[in-house]
Amino acid sequence: MELDPLILARIQFAFTISFHIIFPAFTIGLSAWIATLLGMSLWTGNVRYKDLAQFWTKIFAVSFAMGVVSGIVLTYQFGTNWSEFSLAVGNVIGPLIGFEVLTAFFLEASFLGIMLFGRDRVSPAMHFTAAVLVAVGTAISAFWILSANSWMQFPAGHEVRDGIAYPVDWWQVIFSPTFGWRMVHMLTAAYITTGFVVLAVGARFWLKGKHLPEAETMMKMALGILVVLTPVQAVIGDFHGLNTLEHQPAKIAAMEAHWDGTHPAALVLFAIPDVVAEVNRFEIAIPKLGSLILTHDLNGTFPGLKQFAPEDRPPVLPVFISFRVMVGIGLLMILLSGLGAFAWWRGKLFRPNLLMQVFANTWPLGFIAVLAGWITTEIGRQPWVATGLMRTEDALSPVGAATVLTSLILFVLVYAVIFVSGGYYINRLLEKGPVRHVPKEPLRPTRPMAAAQDSGRIALSAGE
Amino acid sequence: MAELDLPLIWAGIIGVAVILYVILDGFDLGCGILFPLTREEHERDQMMNSVAPFWDGNETWLVLGGGGLWVAFPAAYSIIMPALYVPVLVMLLALIFRGVAFEFRWVAKPNHQLWDLAFWLGSTVAAFAQGLILGGLLHGIAMEQGRFSGGTFDWLSPFAIMCGFGVVAGYALLGATWLHMRVAGDLERRANEWAKPLLLALLGFILVVSIWTPLHVERIAALWFSWPNLLYLSPVPVLTLVLAALVWKGLDDKAAATPFLGSVGIFVLAFAGLAISNFPYLVPPSLTVWDAAAAPESQMFLLVGVLILLPVVLGYTVFVYYTFRGRIRPGEGYH
Repeated sequence: MELDPLILARIQFAFTISFHIIFPAFTIGLSAWIATLLGMSLWTGNVRYKDLAQFWTKIFAVSFAMGVVSGIVLTYQFGTNWSEFSLAVGNVIGPLIGFEVLTAFFLEASFLGIMLFGRDRVSPAMHFTAAVLVAVGTAISAFWILSANSWMQFPAGHEVRDGIAYPVDWWQVIFSPTFGWRMVHMLTAAYITTGFVVLAVGARFWLKGKHLPEAETMMKMALGILVVLTPVQAVIGDFHGLNTLEHQPAKIAAMEAHWDGTHPAALVLFAIPDVVAEVNRFEIAIPKLGSLILTHDLNGTFPGLKQFAPEDRPPVLPVFISFRVMVGIGLLMILLSGLGAFAWWRGKLFRPNLLMQVFANTWPLGFIAVLAGWITTEIGRQPWVATGLMRTEDALSPVGAATVLTSLILFVLVYAVIFVSGGYYINRLLEKGPVRHVPKEPLRPTRPMAAAQDSGRIALSAGE
Repeated sequence: MAELDLPLIWAGIIGVAVILYVILDGFDLGCGILFPLTREEHERDQMMNSVAPFWDGNETWLVLGGGGLWVAFPAAYSIIMPALYVPVLVMLLALIFRGVAFEFRWVAKPNHQLWDLAFWLGSTVAAFAQGLILGGLLHGIAMEQGRFSGGTFDWLSPFAIMCGFGVVAGYALLGATWLHMRVAGDLERRANEWAKPLLLALLGFILVVSIWTPLHVERIAALWFSWPNLLYLSPVPVLTLVLAALVWKGLDDKAAATPFLGSVGIFVLAFAGLAISNFPYLVPPSLTVWDAAAAPESQMFLLVGVLILLPVVLGYTVFVYYTFRGRIRPGEGYH
């Protein structure tokens, strides 16, 4: 069988970026959560917030390390596997990545050291500031990388000469038409993802009867933010969808498995799209609801797949399915947050009931939704790597299939080891739970680090 | 407005990023390379703790180097990366292992032996791969019509392998002199012992490269061995020897910082020597900084960012190093 370097390089990119996105999706929210806890600790003087911040900082450290190392891979993969892409669009999106490094990566990486190890070396206010700067850094990083991605989705502010894009208006490049909603949608998704992890961990502790005050604080803080953000995310998603319809109608047609654009669209709940016959098999659909959602008019119409040449259509099935997975999870999240908030309001949240058991298992929801969303938008961009400008098949490096295959296998093996170990250790940290703060004895005041460590050990042994 | 030579400025910026990366990640990779030289767990803890707050920031310079190359010289980036696919891949995989080892090793205790191994192997292989990349670049890259036109293993040569060993020895020297400066107790004394053979190995490697490159590349021979260049360029080798003597003496005197600073100086001079030899080529022997430059508006846009943001970055980098100043004593750490 002849190996196709294009397919292999695409699998490799999809694999490495899917692995990577899990960690930013978590650490963007987690750093904000830790900064909030440290802020509450400063403000109220309540040690519980400080204990919780310490506990989540350990988990943050492990997750962030995995995010950093899997991210470096991507910077270099543009060149190793997609050198034609790097050459064609480097003038335009290269500087955006450059600004990401200068404004975000250094900020995160430098203040991470103080956040993780500086507790006893800087004042509480400085420690809090470091956590805020890390959280801000992760958000700035999201800003630039989403700006670059949005430009690829719908390029603007450039001109093309001899197949190479040149910048004309930087403002339009950075704030390209699809950027705003994508940015808001992704940041909100990251905060929701972390919210459900915190909620689930709190519920687990509570069900085991361990760390009860901490568990209640975690669940209340998580539910408080989730009950606001999950419905807001649905509204943001709707605007993002309308924006996509305006700029990438072929993607919307694939997301909805909508073939015939001359009639109002049904909302297809389930179907197996048949790309040869250009129809849906086994379709379950609600008439006209698709048009209502996308045009806000029961009789509105929007382009169907048949209006695009077959070579300009994205693959329908994965886009259609992954979009449904994302939306389905989103609706489930709204329901769960609402039920939790209602129970809290009625004073019935902390009961060993089914809802508590469900909450204890909600931690993967955000991750799956984020991955499904990115699969939707990235496969939905195909066959283009930069819409209208360069097709994915033209972006490949002059590297042999065997080389790409070997590197793909190595990435899969290494990431499997890292992922399994990282998951195992994070789980172990979670099992251990937060350590109660023990007032420090000034044992050896000349060596504050050693004293801190001793009290940490006492606390650890007391907790076990 | 006077015409700025943007490609030249950008070559300078990337040069600064690369040399900062080599020095900063050099000493923390070096600590990893030296890991198996002690079997004492508390000494390994000391080694790791001495770099734990810094490694992430240090490695960011690698991203700036790679990212900067793409931004400023996309034509060079799109040739170098496919040409050096294998060593770049090996370096990335090795950096993954050692990067996660920083966190995993602490969480895994007391069953952390595998992460000790990952930290050592990851650091060593990453350093070796960086040597291969250097050797591959110096050796030259085949290109046709602005595209890489060679094979997967073009970079592989005895010279590149020697560069690999050279970089490992050099980083280990930076690591040993760093430990000599930043740890207390028995480890400080042992780091002192490790440093001297590593210094000799690094000097030997620099000597071989200095002989090999002019012998193989006529352009470089003509540059260094013609009058009056010989006179202007003579400070590079002379200062290297002076610094080596300072490092040696500093080790004898148990001076805290001199060996590390001297080793950094040797790295800077070696880098300057390579830059002088290969300027103005980004991809020897055919692509110059001007051939490979991005559009001036792109280079200008990020240059403004660099001029504003790089001083800020350097400022808080200094703040972080200042916060974690002082020697790490046995049994002392941040975890």
